[in-house]
Amino acid sequence: MQKLIDEAIKPYEGEKGSLIPILQSIQEKCGYISEDAFSVIAQRLKMSEHEIYGVATFYTQFRFTRPADHLIKVCLGTACHVKGNSLNLNNIVNMIGIKEGEVTSDYRLGLETVHCLGACALAPLATIDEEYYGNLSPRKLEKILSKYTKGKAGIKDEESKKKKD
Amino acid sequence: MKNPKRKKINSVSDLEELRDSIVQSMDTQKTVVRVCSTTGCRAGGAAKIIDTLGEEVAKQGLDDKVEIKKVGCRGFCEKGPLLVLGPKNIFYQKLKPADIPEMVSETLAKGVIVDRLLYEDPDTKEKINYESDIPFFKKQVRNVFGHTGKIDPTSIDDYIAVGGYSALCKALTSMSPEDIINTVSDSGLRGRGGGGFPAGTKWKFSQNVVSDTKYVIANGDEGDPGAFMDRSLMEGDPHSILEGMIIGAYAIGATEGYIYVRAEYPLAVKNLGIAIKKAEEYGFLGENIFGSGFNFNIKIKTGAGAFVCGEETALIGSIMGKRGTPVPRPPFPAISGVWGKPTIINNVKSWTNVVLIIKNGADWFKSLGTEKSKGTTIFSVVGMVKNTGLVEVPMGTTLRDIIFGCARGILDNKELKAVQIGGPAGGCIPKDLIDTPVDFDRLVELGAMMGSGGMVVMNEDTCMVDIARYFLSFTQSESCGKCSPCRIGTKVMLDILDRIRSGHGEEEDLDRLADLAATIRTGSLCGLGQLSPNPVLTTLRYFRSEYEAHIRDKSCPALVCTDLIKYVISEEKCVGCGICRKKCPVGAVSGKNKKIHVIDESICVKCGLCYTKCPSKIGAVDKVTGFRKGR
Ligand SMILES: Cc1cc2nc3c(=O)[nH]c(=O)nc-3n(C[C@H](O)[C@H](O)[C@H](O)COP(=O)(O)O)c2cc1C
Ligand code: FES
Repeated sequence: MQKLIDEAIKPYEGEKGSLIPILQSIQEKCGYISEDAFSVIAQRLKMSEHEIYGVATFYTQFRFTRPADHLIKVCLGTACHVKGNSLNLNNIVNMIGIKEGEVTSDYRLGLETVHCLGACALAPLATIDEEYYGNLSPRKLEKILSKYTKGKAGIKDEESKKKKD
Repeated sequence: MKNPKRKKINSVSDLEELRDSIVQSMDTQKTVVRVCSTTGCRAGGAAKIIDTLGEEVAKQGLDDKVEIKKVGCRGFCEKGPLLVLGPKNIFYQKLKPADIPEMVSETLAKGVIVDRLLYEDPDTKEKINYESDIPFFKKQVRNVFGHTGKIDPTSIDDYIAVGGYSALCKALTSMSPEDIINTVSDSGLRGRGGGGFPAGTKWKFSQNVVSDTKYVIANGDEGDPGAFMDRSLMEGDPHSILEGMIIGAYAIGATEGYIYVRAEYPLAVKNLGIAIKKAEEYGFLGENIFGSGFNFNIKIKTGAGAFVCGEETALIGSIMGKRGTPVPRPPFPAISGVWGKPTIINNVKSWTNVVLIIKNGADWFKSLGTEKSKGTTIFSVVGMVKNTGLVEVPMGTTLRDIIFGCARGILDNKELKAVQIGGPAGGCIPKDLIDTPVDFDRLVELGAMMGSGGMVVMNEDTCMVDIARYFLSFTQSESCGKCSPCRIGTKVMLDILDRIRSGHGEEEDLDRLADLAATIRTGSLCGLGQLSPNPVLTTLRYFRSEYEAHIRDKSCPALVCTDLIKYVISEEKCVGCGICRKKCPVGAVSGKNKKIHVIDESICVKCGLCYTKCPSKIGAVDKVTGFRKGR
């Protein structure tokens, strides 16, 4: 951890105003910004922890808990809203059993919403990790999500399997 | 270019020599296939298309006859993955890897057009061979997007071959900073980031300040949900943005530049990064550019997901590593910006426009547009239209020409209801005003604004109260919280709208909304708060009766607001297939196999799954008005 954070800070040494890129780099390396990370950054940058926390929590990009292996982002930008993406969001919630901002208990899937992914011509749209899925319909969603789960029961199966292991 | 240690370009003749050698090294005998490889088409699977195309061309032995160019966005992402072929621009769309072998053996090998891959006009069903004949492109004047979709954005040589960096060369070798600022002022260029402030005027402020360090910034934050032209430009023609920034920096005497890119745009960051590196190698960035003694460097800053950071003072705060909360102006950034130094901030499209103005002259730029808004403007036309995408049109084009000309009218031949322009700060314009020529000032008169150029077309199925609430919920959640009118006022307005949408609105609510809007407008520090009531105010102005229907009749005329509708199964149509029963997440549907099903309204959460899942040829589930008190 300490090493990863050091690596993240190094390229910005002596540069003014580099807190945000440092946080971005730590998140990229560690997946999220842990409590420990805050104290290390504070020492290195000679800033107070609460100052850093203040900046980090201002920006929605930063996460403070462990992220899921696969992140579903449902776009609720204007184009996607008008084309009914909130219905798709509801369906996803029903299918995987977690709400927006949550992660399944096995950390397999996470669900977030975003305002516009910049591919509005393909609205309604969602991404899973780096993959874009455009022109979503309930039918298409089911097919896509089945790759990651086997329906609602699938997650539970996985969970119980993990417990057994 | 192969030479590993490249000679710096120091003069006009160096640049001309380089361009000549690039143009000469291009094989004009080859058929060029331009495949879009940026976000829109990638989302549709362009990477696979490019791979397959390469393999197939090699397999069919056409390597020395065909050049595959990975280009930026042509704005017609809806039809992606797409490619444009040969000198006449044959336009193939919605490609699948399986289409490629035939396309290569027919079109590339024999010159025969494959009909089924062509664009089909949604009305006449006519197949169209060439890009320039497609209505979506016909009415456009692609100046800012002049190179986007034609050149490989990762190749500086491609950019130079089409005349890139010649404006910079002209500016640095034959114009004084005053000349440049005067030309930009004279052109009438107004900022493309939404506000429309005259660029030349802003530059003059900065030029007049004496300071050891000055900054220029390109604003590529594009936070407006529903707009993606800045992404398209940054991904597809990054050098034009750099070139504009370098010219601007020279004019005001800046030595450092930043490009602030939205976090959600990884490809834009990548392509801009490549462009900066190449420009440094060629000597367009760095020290003593064009032998003029002028030094300038550019860094990329990626945003971290805060809409308000598109606002210039917040953006500057964010660059300095702080919370991105706006600060009062004056002092304007032009006088005191990054680290208290004079800072010119312009939208990325503004910077590309600067290049065009320096290259072609102020008169050329002025020849397009309306009296007070010159040049072209870009809209991202999305929503309920037949063809969605980015369109660049002269200022003063009517909404009708854009919606019915470029975008080919309303989906499923439904009625146009309204157009929302300008994103969360913009407003809804009703259909009877669509013959208005759009420019900065006309839109403000109508209660909307140019904003980022997002244009959401809505049909009769859109509820105006819901849309107003949508935009307000966006600004409310993005409010940085600094000013209480914005932080609390928008929340109270949102609560009122929610009340109306749920059928519990009161007659007085409409006055309360207007009242709050006035307070927020005068009491907020930045544009986010000041303009946040616009969507509510314009829908109240043009669609008051719809608010009244929600309040008085407890009905949502567009059947959108879930508390005011219910789903029912038609006894005549239901065949008892049981799909709705199985799909219902809360078990609200009951019925035996092959028997008519019913929905229990007290359990139903109105997710609409039964409505979308009922096979369309049966269509037994209906959405109707229905309000139950006490929910
Ligand atoms: C809430 C808010 C968000 C903004 N977002 C953007 C943006 O995403 N991109 C942009 O270029 N300008 C944005 N602006 C406008 C900038 O503050 C600034 O006026 C602009 O970058 C200046 O460039 P221009 O003169 O070339 O338009 C925003 C303004 C406000 C108030
Ligand atoms: S609104 Fe969903 S991608 Fe833009």
